[in-house]
Amino acid sequence: MQIDLRTVTIEPQRQAFDHLVRRFGDKPASRYQEGSYDIQATENLHYRPTWDPQQELYDKAITQIVMKDWYDLKDPRQFFYNTYTLTRARQQEAAESNFRFIETHGLANVVSPALREKALAVLVPLRHVAWGANQNNTYICGYGYGTVFTQPCIYQAMDHLGIAQYLSRIGLAFGGTEALAAGKKAWIDAPAWQGLRRYIEDCLVTRDPFELFVAQNVALDGLLYPLVYGDMVDSGWAAEGGSGLALATQFMADWFDETRKWIDAVMKVAAAESAANRDTLTAWAGTWGARAAEVLLPVARLGLGEQAEEVMAERRAELAARLAKSGIKI
Amino acid sequence: MDMKTPEKKLGIKERYRYLTRDLAWEPSYRSHDEIYPYLAYEGIKIHDWDKWEDPFRLTMDAYWKYQGEKERKFYAIIDAHAQNNGHLNITDGRYLSALKIFLQAISPGEYAAHKGFSRAGREFAGAGTQVACQMQALDEIRHAQTQIHALSNYNKYYNGFHAFSDHRDRIWYTSVARSFFDDAMAAGPFEFMIAIGFSFEYVLTNLLFVPFMSGAAYNGDMATVTFGFSAQSDEARHMTLGLECIKFMLEQDPDNLPIVQKWIDKWFWRGFRVLGLVSTMMDYMLPKRVMSWREAWEIYGVENGGALFKDLAFYGIRPPKGWEDAGKAIDHMSHQFMLGFYQWRFGTAFHSWIPSDDDMNWLSQKYPTTFDKYYRPRWDYIRKAEAEGKPFKNFGLAKLCQCCQLPCVFTEPDDPSQLCHRQTTYKGEIYHFCSDGCQDVFENEPEKYVQAWLPMPQLFQDPVNGDLAAWMDWAFLTDGKDNGEYPGSGDQLNFDRWRGLATSNT
Repeated sequence: MQIDLRTVTIEPQRQAFDHLVRRFGDKPASRYQEGSYDIQATENLHYRPTWDPQQELYDKAITQIVMKDWYDLKDPRQFFYNTYTLTRARQQEAAESNFRFIETHGLANVVSPALREKALAVLVPLRHVAWGANQNNTYICGYGYGTVFTQPCIYQAMDHLGIAQYLSRIGLAFGGTEALAAGKKAWIDAPAWQGLRRYIEDCLVTRDPFELFVAQNVALDGLLYPLVYGDMVDSGWAAEGGSGLALATQFMADWFDETRKWIDAVMKVAAAESAANRDTLTAWAGTWGARAAEVLLPVARLGLGEQAEEVMAERRAELAARLAKSGIKI
Repeated sequence: MDMKTPEKKLGIKERYRYLTRDLAWEPSYRSHDEIYPYLAYEGIKIHDWDKWEDPFRLTMDAYWKYQGEKERKFYAIIDAHAQNNGHLNITDGRYLSALKIFLQAISPGEYAAHKGFSRAGREFAGAGTQVACQMQALDEIRHAQTQIHALSNYNKYYNGFHAFSDHRDRIWYTSVARSFFDDAMAAGPFEFMIAIGFSFEYVLTNLLFVPFMSGAAYNGDMATVTFGFSAQSDEARHMTLGLECIKFMLEQDPDNLPIVQKWIDKWFWRGFRVLGLVSTMMDYMLPKRVMSWREAWEIYGVENGGALFKDLAFYGIRPPKGWEDAGKAIDHMSHQFMLGFYQWRFGTAFHSWIPSDDDMNWLSQKYPTTFDKYYRPRWDYIRKAEAEGKPFKNFGLAKLCQCCQLPCVFTEPDDPSQLCHRQTTYKGEIYHFCSDGCQDVFENEPEKYVQAWLPMPQLFQDPVNGDLAAWMDWAFLTDGKDNGEYPGSGDQLNFDRWRGLATSNT
C-alpha cells in the first residue's frame, strides 16, 4: 500500500505484526486476525495456579481434545469485540421494537389463557437453563486454550445472559412476577424439569472445557433451541394466536441460526485433527446428546403434548445429521 | 388494550434483581463445593452472597447498545487516523517509545485480565458478583483489541511494535508486567479481585491511564487518546466493582480483615513497581510533558489514595505497608529507571536517549531536591562519554528482583547514595530482591515465587547459551532497528523525513 502525501510517498515499513505474517503471509491483516491470534501468553508462564498446582496458567492438557494449533478453531463469523457488539446492538434494537409492539398492541392480552399458561410453563424455567449456559460458556472462555476458541465463548455466555433476561421479560410481560416465581418453583421442584436441572448441574462440575462445549453448546442447545423456538413457538403456538410470543423470541431463533455455524465449524476442525479427537467427540456427543434428548422430552410434552416423542425423534435425527457434516457419527 | 404491563410496576433495583441474581438457584443434584471448588482455600468467609450490592445495573441489551455506539465512534476515528497519516501529528518520534512499551507490556495485561475475570465470573457463588465480573471480562478483551488496533498503524511505519506478541513472552522487561498478571491469575478468586479489581483498577489505574492518555493528547496521538476515552466509562464500572468487592469481603466476616490487608500490602507494592514504567514515560519519554511523575503521585496517589484509605479505615484497613517507602522513592524512580533503560538499550525494543539541556532543566525544576544532586551528574557523564565517541553501554546483565523482576537499580529509601539490595535463602538457594516490599511478598509465599521465570538466567540456557545475537533472534529483537539510541535510529530518520515532507516545501 502506498499513500501519497503532497505528491511525496511515505513507504510503510511492514504490512502486519510478525506473528500474523508468520501465520498468514506478508500482507495486511484483518482486525479479526489482529485481535484474536496469539494474544494469549504461551511461553514462560511464571507460576502455577495456587487453586490447582497440577495445571498451568493456560493449559492445553485440561481437556482430552488435542490440537497441534488451537488457533485452527477459527470462528467463521470472525467475531471480535467490535463485530460482536455491533451485531448484537442491531439485534437488540429489533428485539426492543418487538417488545414495544407487543406492549402497544396489547399482544400479551390477546393470547388465550390456555396458550399463555402453556407458554409460560415452558419459557419461564428456561431463563434458568440460559443462566446455566452462561456459567458454562464463561467457564470455557476462562479455562479453554487459545483466543480464537475462547473469545466466542464469552460472547456466547453474555448472549445467554441476554436470552435469560429476554425470557424474564417475557415472563413479566405475559404473567408478571408471579410467573417468574412459579417458573422458578417448577425449575426446582416439578418433575418435568428435574432431568434437565440435573443435566445442567452435572455440566457445572464438568471441568474439561471441550467436553463442556459439547455438552452445552452442541448437545443441549442443539436440541433445545430448534425444539422450543422452532417446533413450539413458530410451528405450534404462532398458529394458536401466539404471534406475540414469536415476536418476543425472535432474538433466540435468529441467534441460534447464527451461533450454530460457529459451533459446527469448531466441531468439524477439532474432529478432523485426529482420529482420537473424532472418537472422543463422538463419544461425548453421543452420551450428552442422548441424555439431552431424554431430559428434554418432558419439556417437549409441556409444550407439544402428545406430539412430543415424534418431534424429539426428529430433532435428534437433525442433530445427528448436523454432527455427521462435521465428521461425527453418533 | 392499553392495560399496563406488570413489568412497568417494578423499580429499577427490583427489575434488575429479576434479570440477574434471580436467574440462579440453589443446586441440589451437585454440591456447592463441587460447583465452586476454589472458594474456601484462601480462607475468605462469605456467609451471604445476597448481601452483594450490584455496583452498576446494566442489562445485556443496554450493554450492547451503549458499547455498540462507543465502538462505532472509536473505529471511525482510528480509520481516519490511519488514512490521514495521523502518526505524523505526534510531537516527536521519541514519543513512540511510550507506545511500544504499552503494547508490549500493558495490552497483554488487558488480555490476562479478560481471562482472569472470566474465571472469577464463573468461580464466585453469587450471581450478582458473577455478572459484574463477566461484564468486566468482556470489557477487558475489548481493551486488548482496541489497543492493538489503535497501534497497528504505527507498526506499519515504525520499528519496535512488530513483535509485541513475542516480546510479551520473551523480552526481559515485559516480564515485570507479565509476572504481575500471572501472579494475580495464579491466585485464588478473592485475591484476584483484590489484585486486579481493587489494587490495580481502583488504587493504581489513575496513575497509569490518566497520565498515559493525557500524554497522548498532549503529544498529538489521536489514536491512543481515542482508546483511552473510549475505555473510560468501562473503567468507571471496573472501579466501582473493585470497591464493592473489598467492602463485601470486609463486611461478611471480621476474619477476612487480616487476609485482605495482607493482599492490599502485597498488591500495592507489586503495582507500584509496575508503575515505575509509567514514571519513566512521564518524566522522560513524552516530548511534551503533562506533569511530572511526582505531581501525578501527589494527585492520584497521595490525595486520592489517602482519601480512599481514610474511608477504608472504617473497616479496620490501614494504608498499605509499602506506602511510606513508595513516597520516598517518588523523587528517584523515573531517573533510576531511565538510566537503566539507557545503559541496557541494546536489549530493549524501544529507543532511549540522553535528555537534552531543556529536558534536564525541566527535571531539575520538577525534582529540586534530587535531580541536580544525584542524576544530572550521571547524565552529564554519559553525555561526555558520548561526545568523546565512547558511548556508555552496559553489556553486563542486570540482577533481577525475584519478585517484581525489575533490575535491582533502586536505592535505599533513606539513603539515595546506596543501592538497595535484599536477599534471602530458601531451601538452600539465594534469592535477590530490590526492596523490603518485594522481599516480604516472597517470604509470604516462597513456593510461588521460586517458580518465577527470570529472563536473565534464560540467556545462559538453550537455545541462547550466552550468545547475545542468538538471544536477540530468540527474543525477536531486530538489532540496529528496534533497539539502541533514538538519535540516528531508523524511526528518527523516517519520522523527521516524513514530517518534513508533510510540513515543508523542500
